[in-house]
Amino acid sequence: MSNSGMDNIKKIKHLYSRAAFGLRLEDAKRAGALTVKQAVDDLFMRSQPNIPLDIVSGNINFKDFLEKDGLTRKMFLQEQRQQEKGLNVYWVQQMSTTDAQLREKMTLFWHNHFACRTQNPWFAQQLNNIHRQCALGSFKTLLTEVSKAPAMLQFLNNQQNQKNHPNENFARELMELFTIGRGNYTEQDIKESARAFTGWGFRKDGAFVARAPLHDDGSKTFLGKSGNFTGDDIIDILLSKKETALFICNKLYKYLVNETPDAAHVTGMADVFYQSGYEITPLLKHIFNAEWFYADKNVGTLIKSPVEFIVGLNRQFYIDYKNPDVLMQFERALGQVLFYPPNVAGWPGGKNWIDSSSLMYRIKIPSTVLNDGVINFSGKPDPEDEAFIATSLNKRKDVNTQVQTQPDWSRFLNGIPANTSRATIAQILIAPRLNNNLMNIVTRSKDVKAMVIELVSTPEYQLC
Amino acid sequence: MKRRDFLKYSSLASGAFLVPSFLKPLEALASPQISGYKNLVIVQLSGGNDGLNTIVPYGNDIYYQKRNTIAIKQPDIVKLNDMQGLNPNMIALKELYDQGWMGVINSVGYPNPDRSHFRSMDIWQTASDSSQFLNTGWIGRYLDSNCAVNKETYTAIEVDDTLSLAMKGAKMKGIAVQNPAKLYQSTREPLFKELVHEHDDLHLNDDNLGYLYKTMVETYSSANYIQQTSKIYKTVAEYPQTGFANQLKTVAKFINSGLKTRVYYVSLSGFDTHTTQLNQQGRNLKIYSEGIAAFVKNLKATGKLDDTLVMTFSEFGRRVEQNASNGTDHGTANNIMMFGGKLKKAGIYNNAPNLAQLDNGDLKYEIDFRSVYATLLDKWLDVNNNQVLDKSFAGLEFI
Repeated sequence: MSNSGMDNIKKIKHLYSRAAFGLRLEDAKRAGALTVKQAVDDLFMRSQPNIPLDIVSGNINFKDFLEKDGLTRKMFLQEQRQQEKGLNVYWVQQMSTTDAQLREKMTLFWHNHFACRTQNPWFAQQLNNIHRQCALGSFKTLLTEVSKAPAMLQFLNNQQNQKNHPNENFARELMELFTIGRGNYTEQDIKESARAFTGWGFRKDGAFVARAPLHDDGSKTFLGKSGNFTGDDIIDILLSKKETALFICNKLYKYLVNETPDAAHVTGMADVFYQSGYEITPLLKHIFNAEWFYADKNVGTLIKSPVEFIVGLNRQFYIDYKNPDVLMQFERALGQVLFYPPNVAGWPGGKNWIDSSSLMYRIKIPSTVLNDGVINFSGKPDPEDEAFIATSLNKRKDVNTQVQTQPDWSRFLNGIPANTSRATIAQILIAPRLNNNLMNIVTRSKDVKAMVIELVSTPEYQLC
Repeated sequence: MKRRDFLKYSSLASGAFLVPSFLKPLEALASPQISGYKNLVIVQLSGGNDGLNTIVPYGNDIYYQKRNTIAIKQPDIVKLNDMQGLNPNMIALKELYDQGWMGVINSVGYPNPDRSHFRSMDIWQTASDSSQFLNTGWIGRYLDSNCAVNKETYTAIEVDDTLSLAMKGAKMKGIAVQNPAKLYQSTREPLFKELVHEHDDLHLNDDNLGYLYKTMVETYSSANYIQQTSKIYKTVAEYPQTGFANQLKTVAKFINSGLKTRVYYVSLSGFDTHTTQLNQQGRNLKIYSEGIAAFVKNLKATGKLDDTLVMTFSEFGRRVEQNASNGTDHGTANNIMMFGGKLKKAGIYNNAPNLAQLDNGDLKYEIDFRSVYATLLDKWLDVNNNQVLDKSFAGLEFI
């Protein structure tokens, strides 16, 4: 490969590690032949299809069953857990296999931005599908749909937000976490906007309903404007503020570019976002086509989230899980169970992902799944699982799980272009530059397979 | 030199000369590394333990009125005073109580209580306000505030597979150790060992890669320290055969072998008793009490109880009135149980919960849980609590 060819593949690799879940060896040749701009367009083209999650087939109102007798209750708790698990694993597998990687990567971003928990798997799936549907589209539509989704209405108590008894929870988080950010509104703005959202709720079947009798249709003063505002008006006013574009761009920069935002780059992004009327695609294209996106200080420096780590591994090695529960066990061990964010602010990310035990698991998981090894793990239940645990006799059983995974080694090995040097293979797998540690692995390994297993079991592999 | 000073020095000097050499080992034992090394053991009861059926306010008629089918009957209660008593499944704790090794703080909670498990647990672990989101835990921030002294990750050990948010600070984090031998083994696997030994110094930079390598190196050396220090210690005390008791047995082994750890963290699950509570909670309280009793007696026998303080909490209590399924739903304020050889005020610390004045059917808190933390930080862990809690909280007098 020529020098400029090598330089280009480095950029493409970086693009794939941020806009997707990593560059597969088998894609390196095809994508490596494209210019950056072509590769960006190609990623968008592949993410055109929107494939919603459809594993949860109907809306069971679990709340109804919680009031029933012990046995019925237990049965339904079990069913609910089964559905939650199914949904979780289904999404991980979709991320691991789909071609629409950018869409999934952004769905994961919105999943964290609009962090939400619900006991109802149907609502959880629906919210996730909103994130996916709008992942690359209009932020305004996304925000509006999320605000009207039963999962969110329930989670932030807008269901209880009524005229004369306003509940401010949703209004507060809408501003603090979803749009404009702290410092740009007052407590009074929260109170006034909470009134505008009074009456927004959902029916038993999950359909949104603006309950007119519960709505406070009086005049409100919000961010300096007055009128008989509804929730939709509040959203419009928030979007009319440039600070909202800045807030979202700052967060996106941390997700896609660097943990330390560069003020000039973020402002440039916010201009594009704001001027386009909050369209997500032009904003992303602006980032991925920018020279600065490929600057050394932005390459190989982010710590992969647990899901990015697991999905990246699954994609690169085409791992088939005979027992998909293992995927959730990994999520638990590494500290990111999808649909179970720690709170409405989402997962804090970065160095917060890493402690002694989570790092040990990260170093150990690749060789385990690639060699069908055994992983010893009992883990901690999520607080929400306690009701289920209370009804079962066995509490902390030690799980000695044979991971039962099947990587497709021949597809991986055949995907490596002819005459690719070991160092080049290593450089595609690993985001940071190859240091002495890694070069030692490259030179001393007995074959490519042994080399890649070692490479993906390093601290360097945790970065993207 | 003045005469007085001379006398002082010479008496000291002569005193030193007078110590017979066979007494030297005792002197060594008195060094601060060995005695006076205070431990805090935090026990988390997950799921929201029903405090009213744990420390039962049997002297209050309202308790019996609100809990038709699940109230603990008077004759079964292990009475502590004329108002409150232990759930009969906790009989193992009676001896500890009588010895003055147990304390109960009633009605602990926080303003604007959250009834969701995960949010309330988050609040307890991060010591935040209910409207605040923090990324660090209170023990983690204790490590941060004291990192010049406690720079090793084994300063705080959670006996578990994964590390709770409570144990994660911004700069420092504790370490999760379910089994010291296994942890040691896995850090000695060839690849891991090699990565630790062969890294370039530049890997220890302040960037993310440096952080990853630092964490690895620390894990490697902590695993070694914990294993080498504790492996020679043989526990002779008897513990019940439960997972929870095993966790405590591991903690006791660490304490008895002289590990320089200030905070231990263990948890017990299964307290979310919406249905058929009597059996479920009873089973769990028995596991809890028998484990704690074995642990406390073990430490008493080894002379470590005076240096140990156990604090048990749950993310919330439960509603005063039972539900239709012979269980209880999520509530608010709850009791905290303390154990130790040096409790300043043992027994029941404050008034039993007020069942007459409720907030929408829930107990009103009287003591902010952060006052309890503040007390532990100031008086037991020797840091100023406002370095860890972002407001200052008045301490209590239990230690």
